[in-house]
Amino acid sequence: MTQPERSRNAAGEARVVALVSSGRHPVSGRAGRAREDARAVEMGLALAGASLHLAHAGDAEDAALPEYLGMFHGLDGAGGPGELSLLPMAAGDDAVPLLATWLEAYGANLVLTGQRAECGEGSGLLPYLLAERLGWAVATGVAAIEHCEGDRITVLQALPQGQRRRLEVRLPCLLCVDGVAPMPRQSAFGPSRRGRVEAVTNVTAEPDTLQAAWQWQPARARPKRLKVVKSTNARDRFKAAAAKSAASGGQVLTDLSSDEAAQKLIDYLRAEKVLPAVQPGEEGQPSA
Amino acid sequence: MSVRRLDPHAERARRNRLHPRHHEFARPAWRWTSGDGVTRINPHALGAIGPNGIKRIDRSGASVEAAASAGPQASAEPSRRQVRLEAPQAYVAVVPELPEGRLSDHDRDLFGLARQLAEARGGAEAGVAVVAITFQTEVAGLEEAGADRRVDLSSRVEADSYAPEARLAALAAMEAALAPAHWIFADDFPGGGDLGRRLAARLALAGDAAARAATRVWQFADGQTLSRAGDRQDIQREVARVLLALPECAEPVSETLHAATLLDLDALDHELSASDERAAGVADLGRVAVDPQQIPLAQAPFILSAGRGVSDWDGYHHAARVLGASEGASRVAVDDGYMPRSRQVGATGTFVSASCYVAVGISGAVQHLQGITKCQRVVAINSDPSCDMVKRADFAIIGDGDAVLAAVCAQLGQPQPESGDSRHEEVRHDAA
Repeated sequence: MTQPERSRNAAGEARVVALVSSGRHPVSGRAGRAREDARAVEMGLALAGASLHLAHAGDAEDAALPEYLGMFHGLDGAGGPGELSLLPMAAGDDAVPLLATWLEAYGANLVLTGQRAECGEGSGLLPYLLAERLGWAVATGVAAIEHCEGDRITVLQALPQGQRRRLEVRLPCLLCVDGVAPMPRQSAFGPSRRGRVEAVTNVTAEPDTLQAAWQWQPARARPKRLKVVKSTNARDRFKAAAAKSAASGGQVLTDLSSDEAAQKLIDYLRAEKVLPAVQPGEEGQPSA
Repeated sequence: MSVRRLDPHAERARRNRLHPRHHEFARPAWRWTSGDGVTRINPHALGAIGPNGIKRIDRSGASVEAAASAGPQASAEPSRRQVRLEAPQAYVAVVPELPEGRLSDHDRDLFGLARQLAEARGGAEAGVAVVAITFQTEVAGLEEAGADRRVDLSSRVEADSYAPEARLAALAAMEAALAPAHWIFADDFPGGGDLGRRLAARLALAGDAAARAATRVWQFADGQTLSRAGDRQDIQREVARVLLALPECAEPVSETLHAATLLDLDALDHELSASDERAAGVADLGRVAVDPQQIPLAQAPFILSAGRGVSDWDGYHHAARVLGASEGASRVAVDDGYMPRSRQVGATGTFVSASCYVAVGISGAVQHLQGITKCQRVVAINSDPSCDMVKRADFAIIGDGDAVLAAVCAQLGQPQPESGDSRHEEVRHDAA
């Protein structure tokens, strides 16, 4: 993968914005950067350098905001202080109309954000609602940005089991950054002090009426599923309850030469589709 | 099973000792209720004379089971009740994930949740049908999973490429045609979690305010759903139109069998052809080859793991390269310095979830077996046929691991090049 080296070149004419939210440490519960949002900021810094702009809808006193601004260091060229636009709103307000109007007014065309917030509803719906409202494209699970040319950006999408898929996304777009993206750089004290937070005043937040009807409660541990044996026969139920789990009875091959064993192993792996099936042209290969 | 029939005449003769034919019907009862209500058992009347002339009393039920298997085949699983639904009035739509074209456990849980929601709306009496919407042609097991109807969208959307916008358009057409009461998706990225959020956003923008999805739903109880929010909180709310559910959100269907009748697409969506043709924003350029050694061990799909039984380490690394497998190791191999600590599999290392795990020369300590409980297929190559790993394995080869790996590389056309490096490893081991 080629690392985007020069800020203006790598991002092209894209105006890159990262949406950041307040996070919560998974163990200590301390307020700070959200893990996926920090990765999104890192990705934006690698792509656009110091011209990356941050946006946050919420409280101005949030402890996470200086931490994000403190990531503006170690950049090529004129690494100016970070800038963050703050859209003031209360906890129960709807962030989608605010962000949508601000993004249009700012003229952003590439927006990076995490997949899911760590505080509040944390549903991961916001990028989709924004994209639907603005008519933009949205791609999720982004692990890396490969390059950005014209109105197209090529990204790698994270799939289960460590696999990757290459996507080409049309600008303007929203990219939801996955947790397997490159690690974010540390937040430094100096840049966080120098960073500017500008409150946007010409927007008014509206309360989220749907959310008011919900009941919030501390998360309960999910019950473990019990293995229930449905049988009319008491003896079967007893046997299932008393049985040992192991001894599924696999196939055991003994007294094979190593060549035969290797052939059996290759056949098994091919049958299970772990190895690709044999190509028609490969039949003539010398087999030991 | 034959019906036990009573002969009232025989019963009467058995009860009346003065009956002239009493001796014909009287048989020694082994269990009866005495006059004061106590159950009495006569052990002498119990059991049967075995082949050696010794009386045997078998309380395990084995003789009953043997007799049952001799007769007509009776399945151990109780038969499921057939549920037929002629004219559905409302729908609950499920979009199963179908990894590798099969229903996963998560998919079955989704259908279980859909059945619960359908029952809450009146069930089959009210004509609420669960409809499975798939992007693949042949899906086995939808009847057992609990689908009354199914819709096959494979003719509209390519099954194996990632085209979320085309899929969203197809689902929006289904929304117009069926107007399901609920949509249920699996909440995982980038599959159902992505598609469900797109659909929820589309519906919410179209004016359906209640369509805001409930994500990470893990329970449905008393007409309300519990969904996990950020910051260690749960949200209890009315059932949303779009639900993105976690695994084990409900019990899978086990007592009923459903029809899974195929709905005709052309009769359904006359307006599908008129759906909006937006330019595709996301184009799939295909899978990217990933270096198996770069995948985190916990996620790797194919692991070749080595233990004390491996002595040719160069050959092992070469075999991992040839097979395209991630490298794993047992604790012994790591402690001896042959493999880095980050590659250790087991309770003190990494818990792996490979779909295929090949253990070479690993006897299978308990801690190691704990680490591979989530692996779907385990292959063991070991010289000891009685070791625990061979018992755990689905496919076991008894033999020398080094020789088998070398033969595998040779048969795949890439034998290991000769080199004199192996002595170097020995020296390092002794120094450690």
